Amino acid sequence: MLLLCEIFITEYCSICMKKSYQSIEGNSTNDMKQVIHRNLTHRFLLTGLLFLLTLSTSLLAQEGDPAKGKTLFNTNCAACHNLDRAMTGPALRHVEQRLADDQGLDREWLAAWIRNSAAMIKDGDAYAVKIYADYKNAAMTAFPQLSDQDISDILAYTAQEKAAPAADAGGGVVVDPAQQSGGISNELILGALAILFVLLGLGLIMVNRTLRRFAAANNVEIAEEAQRKSLWKAFVQNQFLMLVVAIFFLLSSAYFAYGYFMQLGVDQGYQPVQPIHFSHKIHAGDNKIDCKFCHSAARTSKTSGIPSLNVCMNCHKSIFEYNGETTAEYTKEFYDGEIKKLYDAVGWDDAEQEYTGETKPVKWIRVHNLPDFAYYNHSQHVTVAGIECQTCHGPVEEMEVLYQHAPLTMGWCVNCHRETNVKVKDNGYYEKIHEELSKKYGVEQLTAAQMGGLECGKCHY
Amino acid sequence: MSSNKKYWKSVEELNQDNGSMVEALKHKEFVQEIPVDEFLGDKDTLETSSTTRRDFLKYVGFSTAAASLAACEGPVKKAIPYVVQPDQIIPGVANYYATAIANGHDFASILVKTREGRPIKIENNDLATTNGSANARVNASVLDLYDSLRVGWPIKNGEDSSWVEFEEDTTAQLNALKNAGKEIVLLTQTFASPSTSKLISEFKEKYGNVRHVVYDAISESAAVEAYQNTYGERGLANYDFSKASTIVSVGADFLGDWQGGGFDTAYAKGRIPDHGKMSRHIQFESNMSLTGANADKRVPLTPSEQKVALAKIYGKVTGASVSGSLPAHIEEAVNGAASELLKAGSNAVLVSGIQDVNAQTVVFAINEALASKAFDPSTPIKTRQGDDKAVAKLVADMNAGTVGALIMSGVNPMYTLPNAADFEAGLANVDLSVAFSMKEDETSSLVQYIAAAPHYLEAWGDVEMKKGHYALAQPAIRPLFDTKQFQEALLMWNGNSSTYHDYIKDNWNTNILNGGSWNQALHDGVFVGAGAAVEDTADTEEVGTAIDASAAARALASASSNGFELTIYSKTGMGDGQQANNPWLQEFPDPLSRITWDNYLTISEADAQELGLALEASNFFVTSSHDATGGLNGKYANITANGVTVTAPVIIQPGQAKGTVGLSFGYGRTLGLKSEMQTGVNAYPLYANFNNVQDVTIEVAEGRHEFASVQLHNTLMGRGDIIKETSLEIFNTKDAKEWNPMPMVALDHKMTPVTDPSVDLWDEFDRSIGHHFNLSIDLNACTGCGACVIACHAENNVPVVGKEEIRRSRDMHWLRIDRYYSSEESFEGDNEKKDNIKGLGSSLSSFGEMESPSANPQVAFQPIMCQHCNHAPCETVCPVAATSHGRQGQNHMAYNRCVGTRYCANNCPYKVRRFNWFLYNDNDEFDYYMNDDLGRMVINPDVTVRSRGVMEKCSMCIQMTQKTVLDAKRDGREVKPNEFKTACSAACSSGAMVFGDINDKKSDIAALKDDKRAYHLLEHVGTKPNVVYQVKVRNTNEA
Repeated sequence: MLLLCEIFITEYCSICMKKSYQSIEGNSTNDMKQVIHRNLTHRFLLTGLLFLLTLSTSLLAQEGDPAKGKTLFNTNCAACHNLDRAMTGPALRHVEQRLADDQGLDREWLAAWIRNSAAMIKDGDAYAVKIYADYKNAAMTAFPQLSDQDISDILAYTAQEKAAPAADAGGGVVVDPAQQSGGISNELILGALAILFVLLGLGLIMVNRTLRRFAAANNVEIAEEAQRKSLWKAFVQNQFLMLVVAIFFLLSSAYFAYGYFMQLGVDQGYQPVQPIHFSHKIHAGDNKIDCKFCHSAARTSKTSGIPSLNVCMNCHKSIFEYNGETTAEYTKEFYDGEIKKLYDAVGWDDAEQEYTGETKPVKWIRVHNLPDFAYYNHSQHVTVAGIECQTCHGPVEEMEVLYQHAPLTMGWCVNCHRETNVKVKDNGYYEKIHEELSKKYGVEQLTAAQMGGLECGKCHY
Repeated sequence: MSSNKKYWKSVEELNQDNGSMVEALKHKEFVQEIPVDEFLGDKDTLETSSTTRRDFLKYVGFSTAAASLAACEGPVKKAIPYVVQPDQIIPGVANYYATAIANGHDFASILVKTREGRPIKIENNDLATTNGSANARVNASVLDLYDSLRVGWPIKNGEDSSWVEFEEDTTAQLNALKNAGKEIVLLTQTFASPSTSKLISEFKEKYGNVRHVVYDAISESAAVEAYQNTYGERGLANYDFSKASTIVSVGADFLGDWQGGGFDTAYAKGRIPDHGKMSRHIQFESNMSLTGANADKRVPLTPSEQKVALAKIYGKVTGASVSGSLPAHIEEAVNGAASELLKAGSNAVLVSGIQDVNAQTVVFAINEALASKAFDPSTPIKTRQGDDKAVAKLVADMNAGTVGALIMSGVNPMYTLPNAADFEAGLANVDLSVAFSMKEDETSSLVQYIAAAPHYLEAWGDVEMKKGHYALAQPAIRPLFDTKQFQEALLMWNGNSSTYHDYIKDNWNTNILNGGSWNQALHDGVFVGAGAAVEDTADTEEVGTAIDASAAARALASASSNGFELTIYSKTGMGDGQQANNPWLQEFPDPLSRITWDNYLTISEADAQELGLALEASNFFVTSSHDATGGLNGKYANITANGVTVTAPVIIQPGQAKGTVGLSFGYGRTLGLKSEMQTGVNAYPLYANFNNVQDVTIEVAEGRHEFASVQLHNTLMGRGDIIKETSLEIFNTKDAKEWNPMPMVALDHKMTPVTDPSVDLWDEFDRSIGHHFNLSIDLNACTGCGACVIACHAENNVPVVGKEEIRRSRDMHWLRIDRYYSSEESFEGDNEKKDNIKGLGSSLSSFGEMESPSANPQVAFQPIMCQHCNHAPCETVCPVAATSHGRQGQNHMAYNRCVGTRYCANNCPYKVRRFNWFLYNDNDEFDYYMNDDLGRMVINPDVTVRSRGVMEKCSMCIQMTQKTVLDAKRDGREVKPNEFKTACSAACSSGAMVFGDINDKKSDIAALKDDKRAYHLLEHVGTKPNVVYQVKVRNTNEA
C-alpha cells in the first residue's frame, strides 16, 4: 500500500506540480538553492513572495492550504477518488460547493462522513445511504486521524479549478519540431558536403585536363600509363607478395566467416513489438518503480516472472491516463490507448469501475530466450548474489521499448562468473565454505568460478 | 568369508551350451550389427536409380544449406502470464499438496508436486504412518491424469451429452424405478471412504430399494470373510512386520499386493542387521514372487501343498493333530518353520495368501496361539471390502431381470469378471445403466450413460485406510475436462446442493475430527482418530459364523490336486490392470522376469522340458530362444481351465514350483487404451469363482512370441564381485575383511589395497570442501519394488521407447534394478560333471542334480544407476568433453555438447549410459505421452528433454541438489543434515537408498559410507564410485 501511494505521489509530482506548484513542493528546493546562489535580488524578491504567500494563507486559514491538501489527498484519498472522474468513489472537485448547493450539507457533515462514514450509513443519514448505494456499497475507509485543519486543506485542494491541460501537450509538441528540424539540418549538411565533394572532384578533373592541354601545347611527353602497368605486372609476378596477400585474404575471410557464425542465434538487440506498448522508461525510469515490485518472482524463483495483469491493475485502477512527457510518436492519446488495451485484456470496465469477467490474456513476446538446455535461476543472482537487474538487462529504465541488452552467450555468462566475487557476507551458508576455500586459494574474495560456478553440470542438466 | 557364489541372470547363462547369445553379449557392447547391407547391399536398385552420386551430393548440399539458413532465424516465443495470479503460485517454484489415492487397488497417502498448477510428480507423505509410501503404480499414476484417451464429458448412448441432460434423465429414471419398486444397484470399487458411505446410505434412504455391491477386481474376499467370521467386522487383519523377528509366509506376496499392500516399509526395517540381529523370513510359495525373492529361505511348493503345509504348521503350533501328506523335503521345511515360529513365540508371525476362508481362519488361530506382536486384529485394514458372492448374485439377478438400474464407479467388470459374457447379457436387461469412468473402456462402452469421472488428482475424497487411520484427498489441479465424480452425482441425486468438498468437511467436523482442525488435517493429508463407527453400506451375502480353527485345518489338510495348478498373481507394474494405458508402467521391467510390455505364463524349467518332450521333439525353450539382436523368444501355451482357454507366451521362471504355473492379471485390455498399450493376455477369464488358484491343462500352441526383456542386456562381462553377500552368522562372528574384502593389486610385487593412492593412475582431488554427494544402497533393505525406477522416470523426463526398441536393447531407464539369481553352491562343478557323464543311469541322476540350481535359486536385487566415479572412465574418452566431473562428486553430462560418439557408453564398466537413438518427444512414431500437449504436461520443467543423438544418464538429480543448496543460500543457513535427496532416495520407502553429503558428518550417509558392510561396485577397477553398496546379509540361521 505504501509503495502504491509513493507511485501516486511521484506520478502527480512529475505531472502537475512542476508546472503550477513548483515553489512550494519539496522537489523544487534544488532550484531554490541554485537561485539563492545566483544573486541577491532574486532572493529578496522570493522572500517577499513567500511573505505575501504566508500572509495570504494566514488570511485563508479556515479555508485550508491547497498544497498541503494535495499531499494529504494523494496519501489518503487518491486510491479511490479522482478530482474529475468517478472511480471507486465520486469525483471530488468542488465537492463542498456541490454538496452545499445540491444537498444543503455543510462541512460538518462532510467531516463526519470522512471520519466515519459507516456510522452515518448505519444511523440512516439519507444522503449517506444514497451515496453508499450509488457506489455499489463500497465502504469508505474511515479517517478518524484527519484533523479539522487536514480536512480543510483537502477541501481547499478540491476547490481549485482544473489546470489547463493544453500546457502539457504544448510542452510535448515544442520538443518535437526541434528534433525534426535537427534531423533535416543534418541531412542538409550532408547533402551540401556531398555537393561540395562533387564540385571539388569536377574541379580536379578540369584542372587535370587544362594541364594536359598545356602539356600537349608545350610538347611534354607523359609516360605515366606505362609505369603503372609495369607496377601491376611486377606485383603479379612477385610471388612473395602474392602469397602474403593470399594469406591475408584467407585470414580475413576466415575472420569474417567466424564472426558471422558466432553471431548466429545471438539475439543481442532483439526488440520485438509487444501487443501492449509497455514503456519500462515510464515505469522504472520516470516513476522509479523498483524492478522487483512487478517482477517479484525474481526474488524466489528461477524465472523473474512476467507480472500478471492484476499486478498492473493495482496501480492502473486509478491511473487511467498518462500525464507525463510525450513525443510526436508517443502521444498522450497513444499511451492512454495502451492503458485501454490493458483494461480490455484484464476485463476492467473503466466507466462502471468494475470487472466484467471477460479476460483476454496478453501474449507478450519473449525478449530473453535462453535455450532449454541452459538452467538459469533469477533468485540465485538477485537474492543470493545481490546483482542489479541492469547488470544483465541493461538500462531498462531508459528503454521505451525493451530490447535484449546482453548477448546471453555462454562466454558472456562464464566471463561474469570468472570476474564476480561471491557475496558471502552475512550468509550462513557460505561461512564454512568461504573460510576453507579462502585458506586453500589464499585469497579473501572468491569468485563464482572458484566456488564451482564454471562446472558444466551447474547450468546444464 | 566372502561367499564365492556364482551369479547368473538367466537360464541361458546357466546352461551355456544353450546358445551363444551370452557369449556374444560378453564380447559386444551393442548387440546389433550396423545394417549396412540394408542400404548398400541392393546393387540393382542403386544402379537403376535415376539419381546419380553427383546429383545426390548436390541435393544434400542444397538441403543442408537451406536448413542451416532457415535455422538462423530464431522462433518467436510467446509468454502469457496469468490475468489474475493465484496467491500460492510463483512461476518456477513447486508447490506440494497432501492428498490420497484410492482407486480400488492402490490406497496411499501421498504428496503431489505441482508446477504452475500442473501435478508433475508423486512423492511420499512422511506424515502418514499408514500407507504413506507410494509404490511404482502410485508413482506412475500422475501420468494417468494426462491420458489423451480420457472421456472429457458425459456420453449418452455413444453420443456427446451434457451434465444437465444427464441429471434430468437419470433423476427421472431413478424416480420412476423407485415408484415401480425396482431395485437400484450401486456396483463400486472399495472406496473405504466414510463420506461416501454416508452419501450412499442417504441415497438408500431416498430411493428405498437400493443395493450396494462392492467389487474388488482382485478379490481378498476369503480373507475379509474369515476376519468377519472371527472378529465380527468386515476388514483385514493388520500386520506390523517390523515387530516380527521370524516371519513365515505361506503363499502371501506381502511385499506385493497381498491384502492391499503397504507392508514393505515395516518389513524392511527388520531386514537391516542391527546389533547382530535381523528378522528371519521363510516363504512357502509356488510362483516366484517379490516376497519369495527377498526371503532367507524359500520353499517352492504347489498351492494344494501350501494348504497342507499351513494345516501342518497349525498342528505343530497348537499341538492339534493334523493329517495330510507332503513330500519329505517340504515336510522337513514345514516342521522347521513351525519350530522356528514356536521358538520366536510372540516375536513370530505367520501370514498366508491362500484365498480360502479356512486357511485365513487358521492363520488367525496360529497368530493368536503365538500371541504374535506383529499381528493386530484390532485395527482392521479397510482397503479391501469386495464380496465375491454378492457380485455373483448381482450378475444372476441382472440376468433374471430384477435389477432396474446399475450404477458403476471405479469398476470394469467386462474386463475383470471371469463371467463377463453373463454380465454383458445381464446388462441388456437393466433399465438404466451408468458407468463413472475415465475411459471408454470394456464396460463403459456398453452402458447407456458414461459419466465422465475425474482423475483422483482432480477430486475431493477421504479414505479410512485402517480403522481410525484417515486420509484426505484434495484436488491438485482444476479438472481438465467436464467431469463429475461419483460422489457429486450422489449428492445431486440425493437433492443435496452442497459440494462434495463441503460435504466431506461437514462430515469430518461432526464425525471424525473430534475437535481437531480441518485445515491441519487437510494440510497433513492424514488424521489418526478414534475410528468413528462408519455405517457399512455394502450389502453382503449371509454372514457366516466363526469356523472352528481345527476343523478348518483338517479341511485344509485334505487338499489335493491333479495336473497343473495355475496361480494368477498381480504384477508389480500393472496391478489389476486399470492403469494399462500408462506407458511408464508398461515399460517398467518386472522385478523378477525383467520383461516389459507383456505378461506370460511362468513355468519351471523341468516342466517346460517335460511338456515339450511329451508333445513333440522340440520343447518350449528351443536353442533359438533369442534372436540375433538379443531379444528373448518364447513359445505359446494354451492354458485351459473350466472350459476356458487362454493362449499366453511362456517363459521359464527359475524358482517356480514344479507342477505349477503362473500368469499375471492386468494385461490383455482391449478398449480405452492406445494400440501400443494393448499388450499381453487377459487372465481374468481363468479367474473362475474369484479363485486365484485353478487346476489347468497346458498344451503347446503354435507360434513364437517375441519378448522385450532387459534381462540379458548389458551383462557385466563376467566380472566378479558385483553382488557381495554373506550370512548373518559369518557377519556376526567374522571380521569384515573376510566377508567384505578389499580388492588387492600388486604394486612392486606387494599386494596393496586398490583404494591406496599409490596404485592410482590419477591424482586425487581435494573434495573435503563444500558438498560431496554419495548414495548408499542397502542390498538388505532393497525389496526390488521399483518405486525408484518410476520416480526417476517422472523426475528426469526419461522417455518411453516402446516394446520394439526395448527388444533392441535401447531401453532408456536411468535407474535399473538388476536381479541376480544364485545357487547355494557353485555350478561350475556342474559343467564338469556334465562332461563326465557316462551311460544312461549316470546321465539321469547327474542331470537331475544339475537342475536344482534353477529349481530354487536365491535372488538378489541391485539397483544400478550411474556410479558417478571420481575416476570416471567415461570422462577420459569423450572427444568433446561433454561429460566431466563436478567438485561435488557428480559426473556431469552436458547434452548440448554431446556429439553422440558413444565412446563413453563403451568405456563404462557399469553400463549405465543411455543413447537417444531417436527423437522421442514430439514424434508420433513414439505415441506414448511425449507427443501430445496433454501428456507433455507431466514433464519436469527443470530437466532438459533430450534430443536425438545424445548420450544421457543418471545425474544424481543435480537439479534437486542444486535446489537444496539454493534454498539454503537464500535462507542464509547451512544445509541441514539429510536435507539432500534424489528422486530415487525420496521414493524409497524401505530405507535402502540413502543420499547425502559425506562432508556433513551429521548426515546418515557419512556413517553409511564407512560402514563395515560398505563396498563399491567393481572396486578393483579403481573407478572410485560415489555410489556405495551395503553387503547383503542373509539370515540363514536355522532355529
